[in-house]
Amino acid sequence: MAEMDTSSGGGHKKGPGVKKAKKLSTRVDLTPMVDLGFLLITFFIFTTTMSQPTAFKLFLPKDAEKPEDNNPVKQSGVLTILLGKDNHVFYYEGMLDNSNASSKFKSANFGNGDDGIRNVILKKKVNTPETDFVVVLKPNPECTYKNVVTILDEMSINVVKRYALVDITEVENQLVKITEAANPVK
Amino acid sequence: MSRPKIARKSTSIDMTAMCDVAFLLLSFFILTTKPKASEAINVVTPSSVASKAAPTKDIVLVTIDKNGKVFLSMDDEEKKEYIATTLNSTKGLNLNVAAFKKAEFWGTAFGQLPSFLALPVERRTGDAMPGIPVDTTKGTNELIEWLNLASKAYAGRKMNLLLKGDNNSKYPYFKAVIDAFKKNDLLKFEMITNPESVPIGSELFKNPPSKKVG
Repeated sequence: MAEMDTSSGGGHKKGPGVKKAKKLSTRVDLTPMVDLGFLLITFFIFTTTMSQPTAFKLFLPKDAEKPEDNNPVKQSGVLTILLGKDNHVFYYEGMLDNSNASSKFKSANFGNGDDGIRNVILKKKVNTPETDFVVVLKPNPECTYKNVVTILDEMSINVVKRYALVDITEVENQLVKITEAANPVK
Repeated sequence: MSRPKIARKSTSIDMTAMCDVAFLLLSFFILTTKPKASEAINVVTPSSVASKAAPTKDIVLVTIDKNGKVFLSMDDEEKKEYIATTLNSTKGLNLNVAAFKKAEFWGTAFGQLPSFLALPVERRTGDAMPGIPVDTTKGTNELIEWLNLASKAYAGRKMNLLLKGDNNSKYPYFKAVIDAFKKNDLLKFEMITNPESVPIGSELFKNPPSKKVG
């Protein structure tokens, strides 16, 4: 590979006294240097975290001062999602009262499967007129910020136009806790 | 009789050009890489499908760490100075304005600010600080006042309100922060997240937001 010209051809033809200076080539083999360069490039590419943080926009509604200023929603179009600790998700449609709590109150998960919350939202979305469809999100005090962002993200993934982040009521919180206790994390 | 001599070609190629390219690329990558600033507060952000890059100028950043401690940081030194002088005149805290401006974040109650600013920078880590009190069950939500000052400092100009929360922080702290936003009529804010690809087959995947208006 090396191109150091060490041949001393032609030295003999001149007389014994006349010595021609050896001609050394100035060319250096750059292959190892290229190797090194690409090695460093690879290193830097792999160690760089490409992901720039992104910003997820959220618009808060202004708290209505009088109850009549609140936007009324149709019961049939409401899907309420409750978030509990350890990634538990629960949901119910419409209103919840004592008589139907056991049958309406269902649990879901953050997965993609049939009982994943995404499917639940989609199913509800398809079955309700668009103007009536509202998702109410109620995180309980034990759920994590991650879950809240995940569920808000779910809203944008499923293109839900109207959703609200609402405080959980004591009754619902109790229900969440009881159900969580009954279904410990697998 | 003489055979025509076939010129013997050397198999070695001139590597200079390739070397140039390699090092050009190398310097490009080195220069465009932003070294990740070592952060005093450790926060692991959740991921979302949002694709808009987070703003980096005129920011007012509220950070919630995994223990629910709340910190505030800003980038504009002028605004910081305004806040420091206002705090000095309204609360008589006697803050060192220069140190206040230099501080990367603030994470204590108003009363402890002077001693916080007296600490050397390397000891001002998120773990060592108590955080800005937000829990209304234990006292006042001081973040309301902080944000009030910040929005006054940015009066008439665009302020990018950012919220950076840790995956494991609990919801009540997030709610307390949001309440503080609401109290100040700061109804638009952005949450810092890691990018994530849109799930294939979902509604958003079928109708990317670029096609929609707004």
